[in-house]
This record gives sequence, C-alpha cells and structure tokens, in this order.
Amino acid sequence: MLTSQRIMLWVMAATLPGLLALIHFFGWGVLISVLWCMGVAMATEALILWIRARPVQRTLMDGSAALTGLLLGLSLPPLLPWWIALVATASAIILAKHLYGGLGSNLFNPAMVGYALVLVSFPEAMTTRWALPLSLQETPLGLLDSLSVFTGLGSASVDAFTGATPLDDYKHAIDGAVASQVTAAPIYGDRIALGWEWVNLGFLAGGLLLIQRRIITWHIPVSLLGALTFMALLFGYDPDQSVPLGLHLLAGGTMFGAFFIATDPVSAATSNRGKLWYGAGIGVLLYTIRAWGSYPDAVAFAVLLMNLAVPFLDYYTRPRTRGHQRAGRGVPS
Amino acid sequence: MGTRYDFPGGIHPPDNKQQSLQTPIRQAPLPAQLIVPLRQHRGDPGHVLVAVGDRVLTGQPLSEGEPGLSVPVHAPTSGTITAIGPHEVPHPSGLEETCIHIEADGQDQWCELAPCPADASTLERYDHLHRTGVVGLGGAGFPTRDKLQSASEAPKVLILNGAECEPYITADQALMRERPDSVIAGALALWQLVGAAQCLIGIEDNKPDAIEALRQAAEGTGIEIRVVPTRYPSGGEKQLIQLLTGQEVPSGGLPADIGVLCQNVATAVAVDRSLRLGEPVIQRITTFTGEALTRPGNIEARIGTPLDHLLFEAGLDPDQLHRLIMGGPLMGFDLTTTGLPLIKTANCLIAGTAEEFPDSPIPQPCIRCGLCEQACPVDLLPQQLYWFASAGEHHKAEHFDLFDCIECGACDWVCPSHLPLTDYYRHSKGVLRQEKKEQAEADHARQRFEERQARMEREQAEREERRRARQQAREQRRSGEPAEAGGTETGAASAAAPPGPDRETLIQRRDQARQKVEEAEAQLAEAREQTPEAVPKLERALNKHRKRLDAAEKALSDAREEARSC
Amino acid sequence: MWMNLLLAIATLLLLAGAFGALLGYASVRLRRDDDSLVEQIDAVLPQTQCGQCGYPGCRPYAEAIAEGDAINKCPPGGEATIQSLANLLDVEPQPLDAEHGEEQPKRVAYIREAECIGCTKCIQACPVDAIVGAPKFMHTVIESECTGCDLCVDPCPVDCIDMIEVAKGIDDWVPPRPEDRPLTHEPVIATDQRPAGASA
Repeated sequence: MLTSQRIMLWVMAATLPGLLALIHFFGWGVLISVLWCMGVAMATEALILWIRARPVQRTLMDGSAALTGLLLGLSLPPLLPWWIALVATASAIILAKHLYGGLGSNLFNPAMVGYALVLVSFPEAMTTRWALPLSLQETPLGLLDSLSVFTGLGSASVDAFTGATPLDDYKHAIDGAVASQVTAAPIYGDRIALGWEWVNLGFLAGGLLLIQRRIITWHIPVSLLGALTFMALLFGYDPDQSVPLGLHLLAGGTMFGAFFIATDPVSAATSNRGKLWYGAGIGVLLYTIRAWGSYPDAVAFAVLLMNLAVPFLDYYTRPRTRGHQRAGRGVPS
Repeated sequence: MGTRYDFPGGIHPPDNKQQSLQTPIRQAPLPAQLIVPLRQHRGDPGHVLVAVGDRVLTGQPLSEGEPGLSVPVHAPTSGTITAIGPHEVPHPSGLEETCIHIEADGQDQWCELAPCPADASTLERYDHLHRTGVVGLGGAGFPTRDKLQSASEAPKVLILNGAECEPYITADQALMRERPDSVIAGALALWQLVGAAQCLIGIEDNKPDAIEALRQAAEGTGIEIRVVPTRYPSGGEKQLIQLLTGQEVPSGGLPADIGVLCQNVATAVAVDRSLRLGEPVIQRITTFTGEALTRPGNIEARIGTPLDHLLFEAGLDPDQLHRLIMGGPLMGFDLTTTGLPLIKTANCLIAGTAEEFPDSPIPQPCIRCGLCEQACPVDLLPQQLYWFASAGEHHKAEHFDLFDCIECGACDWVCPSHLPLTDYYRHSKGVLRQEKKEQAEADHARQRFEERQARMEREQAEREERRRARQQAREQRRSGEPAEAGGTETGAASAAAPPGPDRETLIQRRDQARQKVEEAEAQLAEAREQTPEAVPKLERALNKHRKRLDAAEKALSDAREEARSC
Repeated sequence: MWMNLLLAIATLLLLAGAFGALLGYASVRLRRDDDSLVEQIDAVLPQTQCGQCGYPGCRPYAEAIAEGDAINKCPPGGEATIQSLANLLDVEPQPLDAEHGEEQPKRVAYIREAECIGCTKCIQACPVDAIVGAPKFMHTVIESECTGCDLCVDPCPVDCIDMIEVAKGIDDWVPPRPEDRPLTHEPVIATDQRPAGASA
C-alpha cells in the first residue's frame, strides 16, 4: 500500500540514477548542493510548522520538504554559493508552500518558485556558471575544494570550473557558425552533450520506474516530451540555424523536468485529459523560451506558467462521469 | 462467452474469502427472542398488523404496506408478540426504529402458505412478491417488486449478480456452490417472470467452485454463466452491467432504461421460493467472518435473530473483538453493539481483531496524487469532490457529479493520505438530501401560506360586499322607517359582544400564570449557576410570564370591579 | 505643445464620457429584475412565516432584503439560510442577529387536547392553516404541515400549546462529517481537539 510518505521516498529514490550521473560528471558540488538544500528545506519546514503550531516531527516525516529540497538541489547549478541556495530553498518552503496553507494547498511548484526567484535575482550566477564536466576541469575539484568554493571560504576562483551549459552555448555559438563547428567544442563530447546525456538518461530511467510503480502517470511526461519534440522538429529542423532536437531532449533539465518537476501532483492539472494538455503546454513553453527567450533553460518558467493555467485546464477537462452523455464543466465561480 | 467489456478504475484488495468457505452453510439454532424491524428495505415502514400478546405462526405477515412505498415483514418463527416499539437497528446512524419483539415458542409452526397461482398475471405475480416481503438481498434492500416493475417493457437482458466482489463476503458464493440448482431455479423463475431475451449470471473468476457448480446446473437451460475478472467493484450493479453488456446506466436512471434488469442471486432464490411455495423472506444466508471468530462460516438464520446469538454460534472471542462491521470492509459500517437483529440486507458480519482492522492512521493532507481518480469506477474526480465536501461546498460537489458516486470506497483504499473520502461524500450527500427535503417543505409551506392569504382576502372582500349590501338595505329602509333602525343596531351589537370569561376561569388563569412565573424564576436561578449561556433566554421567558401574570391579575380585578359595580 | 495637451484632455474626456454612457446604459438595461430577485430570495427563506424578522411573513422580508435590509434576521433559517442568501446576493455572510432570536432545532406545535377550550384563536394565528378545529371543539395540529413558527403559542388563552422538538428518525439522519466523529486516533493538531477529547 502506498502512503504519502512512501510516495515521497519513491520519488527521491527514483532521482538516484540521475543524481549519481550528475555527481559522476560534475563532481561533488552536486551532492553538497543537494544535501544543503535538503537540510535547509527541512529546517525551514520545521520552523514554519512550529510557528504555525503544527506537529513538527510528524509532518517532517511525510518527506515533502526533503523532496522539495532534493529537487531544488538537483536543479540549481553545482558550486552555486551557499546563500543563493539558501534563499531559493527557504523561499520555496515559505513563499510557495506554507503561505498557501502547506502541503497540498500550493498553487505553484515550490521547488520551481525557489529556482525562478534566484534565477531572476542572480541571473549571472545561475546561467553562466554551471560546473564544467570534471574531465574538462584542469585540476578536477575534489570534495574539499568543492566545499570551499561552495562556502566561499577558500581562495579558489569559481570561474575556472564553471561555464555555460551546452544548451546555452549552442544557442549563441550557432550564430555565424555551422553545427559541426559548434559541436567540436569539448563540452559536447563525442555524442550529444558530455555528461548531460547520461544525466538525462538517468532521470528518464528513474521516471520510468515511477510510472511502473504507478506513482506518476504517463500523461504529463509523454505529452511534454511529445510537444517539445514536435516544436523542435517544426522550428528547429536545421541544426545550422537552431538547437537540434537531441540537445533539447538530452541536454539541460528536460527529463528531470518532465518526470520529476511537471508531475508534482499538487500543482499539476487534475484529470488525465487535463494532464495531457498541461504537459503539452509545458513542452511548447519550454521550447518557446529556450528558442526565442533570453534564458538558456526554461523548465521553471514553463512549469510555473502552466501552474497558472491549471484552474483553466481543470475547468475544461473534467472527465465524463459514467452514465453521463458528455463531460461536465468545472465550477463557475 | 460473449464480448467482454470493461469499466474504468477498480482495485484489487486481498479478498479474505477463504476463512468463511472452509465449512458448508450451517443452520443457526432458533433463538428464544427475535426482534423484527418494520423497515428492512428502502422505503417507509409498513403498518403493524399484530398486537402485543398475539400468537403468530412462522411466515405470518406482521405488517402490511402499500406496494411502491413499503414492504411487509413476516414472523420468522412461531411465538408470542411481547413488545412493539423502538429498538436499535443495524444502521450507520445507530438510531432506533420500530421493531416487533417475538418470544419464540420453539415449535416453529408454519402458517398456511399460499403459492402464487399458476394462472396469475405478471402484475399479480409482482404483487405476490411484494406480499411475501421480497427485497434485494445483496445489500441495498430495494423492493424487488418495484425493481421488476420499473421496466415498462420486457428487458432485453436479465443479469443475475453473483460477482460478490467485496472482500470477506462469501454468502452468495456459498449459495451458488452448495445450492446451484436452487439458484438456477430462481434464475429461471425470474427469467420467465420478466420475459427477457437473455439471461446471464455474472461471477468473478475467483470463485471456480461456484462457476463449475452453476455451469453444470445451468446445462440445457439457456442461462449463460459469464465469468468476469476479479476486480473490485465488479459486483456493483452498474459496473456488472457495464462488464456484461458494455452499456452505461444513465446517471439518475435505472438499468431498465437501457433494457437491463439486474438481481442478486440470493434474491432470485427468494423469488422462486415465494412464487412456487408462497414462502416469505424470513431467513437468509449471512457470512460470519473475521479473526475474532473461532468458527467463521456462512450461517443461514432467521431474520430478527439477535446478532449476539449468531456471533456466539460463530464462536466469537469477545476479548479479541476490535471492530464489528456489517457488510464488507469497504462499504460496510461499524456496529457499536451486538444486541441488534439480523435483517434482510445483512449479507456479512465481520468481527475483526485489532491486527486485522487497525485504527485508521492519522489522515494527512491531500496531495492530489490522483490515485483515487485512477481507482474510481465511475470516472469521478474524487480529490476534487473531497476538496469541496471537506470545505462544506456541497453544491459544488454536486456539480461534480457527487450523486453518481456509488460509495464503493475504492478511493479510500488507495488514498496514500488515509483520508476517509467516502465518509465525506456520504456526509455531503446527506446534507444535500436534507436541504432538498427542507426546500420542498418550505415550498409547501409557502403554497399553503399563499393560499391562506388569498382566502383571507377573498373573505375580506366578501364581508366588505355584505356590509355594503346591508348598509344599502339599511339606507333604503331608513328612508322608509327611520325610527326603528337605531334599536335593532344596539341589540345586534350587545349580542355580538363576546361574553367575558367567568371569574373561576380568571382565577384559574391567574394561578397558572403565577405558577409559571415561579417556575421561571427557579429555572433562572439554577441557570445563573450552571448554564450562564441560557440566562438571557430564561430572562426573556420570565418577563413574558410576569407580563402575563400582570395581565391576568388585571383581568381578574377588572372583572371584580365590574361585578361590584353591577 | 498646448495643442497636444488639449488634444489629450479632450480624448480622455471623450473616452470617459463614452464609457460612462455605456456603463450607465448597461446598468439600466441589464439590471436584475426586482421581482425575480424577490422570488429568488423568498425561495431561500424557510417559509415559517413566523415574523421573527420583524416583517409579517417571509415574502415581506424577502422584499426588504431586496431593498437592502440585513440578511441575518431569520432565526428559523439560521446559518444555512444566511449562507444561501449571501451566495445569492454576493455579499458577506454575517452571524445571525440575536435580537431576532436563536437558531433552534425544528419544532412543531402540540396542543394538549384535554386543556383546549376550543377558542379558535390559534387557528386564526396559524399562517399555514396547520390547525384544525371548530369553535367550542378541541383543536389539533397537523404535524406534517406545522412550520414551528410559534405564532399560535401566545394567542392561546389557556397556554395549552407546547412547542415540541421533532424527533429525528433515520430518514433525517445525515452522516456526520468525518471530523465530527469520535476520533479513532489521538488528536494531532489544535484544530483536531474536540471538547470531548479535551476533557478526556
């Protein structure tokens, strides 16, 4: 039997392949960031629960705060200064979750609210300083070095270990170049994007596990990836002009977003049909912002925008109750 | 085999049926006392036909009722009526209803039974079923006559429901595997009665013994045994119809609307016995199971047998008993006492231990995970219904098709937050039903008020008319004989003045008023000490009584004055 | 420069005028039909015709509400009626005005027939003709028609009318909200605590 707690644990467990791939390719910074965010999330949750006179220990045990922290830690760039991660996590828990009434009452995906908040507040740190794959760092950062970068205590300059992600790089580099020239850069590796392809495959595997365990349904990931593919094939068919499909799917946060972020049940659409539209909306927005916006990746904005559209989707996508001729509409309010 | 159709959702809970299937159906010994509730069906209680002290024979009607409103109940054994009055009945509310208490004489002497005549018309046969108290024995207790009559024309398909999908319950399974011939006889009787083109018996595939037995018994009868995959709630009427015919019963409608009639297998047996032998429904097979019983099994017992008698028969260990559930674990309800009678709709009684039925875990907030939605057999949005129902927004829940919920409890079972979802729906439905009832009452009162208003206006107008006519007549007369007019008028006025109450009445009234003032003062003093919130109300009442006392005293003194002056 | 300023002001004025006219027209054209509003309010009121609101019946009160009177003057309807009125009129629900009485369970009048003197005063007072009887003959209340308005109690010269609470049968039973049932687990948060649980 599934319990809420077990659902959260399963989701956390399903991130493991992706998390391991991230650590393998991008170093200890990922793990530090994840643990830090989880710690901050649980501490913030405990504090707010205490202020709200709710049972602290029991509610913490449901694992929702830890999961929010984990998801945030996985999406923030490794080697991000500790205080930016703290701002992101605390605002995710306080602003997006508890100000709306706590677990189950939030309109927006908490992790993505935290992410978007620091993305617009610290755009440079958030977009151009993703950790370089370890193999490309001159002297790969060890655990202690990573810690010192993270805490800002050491003297190591972060610039030597960070750079743009392939998704970002391609978008800018393709102007006045052809695809083969762009992908010759080391961050693309031999296949699609060094490290990123494995990270995305890891999250894909975890997501499939969640579907197999019936913790999420297939509707959102399938429609999201489908819409993204459709858009990429429609507008980005020429790799000499724009980012190709392979990069869209396997670089950046696509798989993570499709299986772990967009599927957050609290803030997603309700019915199966609604979920299809919801996922498709995220897919279209994801491509739109990536291709024509100024941000390199767009999972957070796409998800938050579709969170806004959920009441509308729910209104029009009620399933047909058995015994009725046609589906009803939502509640006029 | 026919095409197989499907319904959405459903769950696979552990079926826990083996415990009660180890032994064949047992007969319960006759109890010394029986309690027969007047109402064991959907509808109103009937009118009692017997009086305290009467001797009744087995099968004798104890009540009668108008077809369509009520169903009679019958004496389950011979004996003496010892009491007729309220007694707690098996119902989730735990409330009392009128019951007839019978002290059994142990002879079980039957009254003369009247089988349905062979040349009776269909309607007469339906009424015969009504007279013998046949109701749906599957659990809902819908009067069988009404259900048969709901079809305006012969249904295309007659479905006998032997799916019995809820865990623990095996009463129908035991019946089908041990008495397949009587089930088939019941099916044939019903089939002949309603004249359907097809007769199907739906059984879940976890009952191979029953399937095998029925297959053999049904050979050559034209009855088709249809095996459906085990998935709760395939035995729901609408779900089984969907599984076997692919059709959906329209919302708010009846299976008859799509040319289907569905009856429980045990009901079919009762129909056959009623028509062929004239035997009323005075016994049924009930599953007694749960780990607090040392001798679980299916017990055939008389209606009205006290449950503690039957639980004793099934070997109840009272120390182990934690929850006593009537019906199944998903749709049943808890009983708080064992002093209740067995009723026609009681298909199962579970005496569960604390390990078997632990207290519900603390509910957690709904995370809208959608597991309930995937489990709902009618494609509702349970999380949305819960959202509205728990917020008291019952009309919004109704808008989301709350009344299409069959209360199967599949959503409760899958809910990872342990929310008692179905209880919220039941509450919401109850509030809405009550609201509709009150609205109907208010509309009725308004109509009566308006009619009265209209009548008073009419009377006023008529009086006015008469007065004018009189005045006219007077004027005419006055113009003729002006002298006499004054005399008649004063005479009429003094005659019309109501005679005042005599002095005795006035004294009596004053004394009554004084007594009430004293009572009110005493109540107020008490309330000041114990229930301060009631003080203002009592103060108002006291003032009212004081005023009345004053008025009474004044009336009395006026009367004395008048008497003196006369 | 001046020209531009004037042009801007003129444009704004013109727009304001045009929209004002449109809104004015709409408010006249689309105004809620008074009669239908009174009907709707009347439909929500419980129709006891008890006059506790200070009006001589439910419809007069409905008319008063349509004119803007407070919606919390109906004790028989209680919170449920206030809530429905608030929904209908799109205003904030208010607590019941205690000046007009308190919400009570449904009651019906009962005449202690032995004491009745047959004065017909209660029959005249009954707004829904729920009392039958004739002068000098004992009266009785038709329970199913009685709205429990109390209006017959005061006129009775011998005080033989009682207001009896209607016994709730299984048909009137509403399954309780799960929160209102006895808890099967220990109370978790402050709002879980019931008076019964607190004392235990």
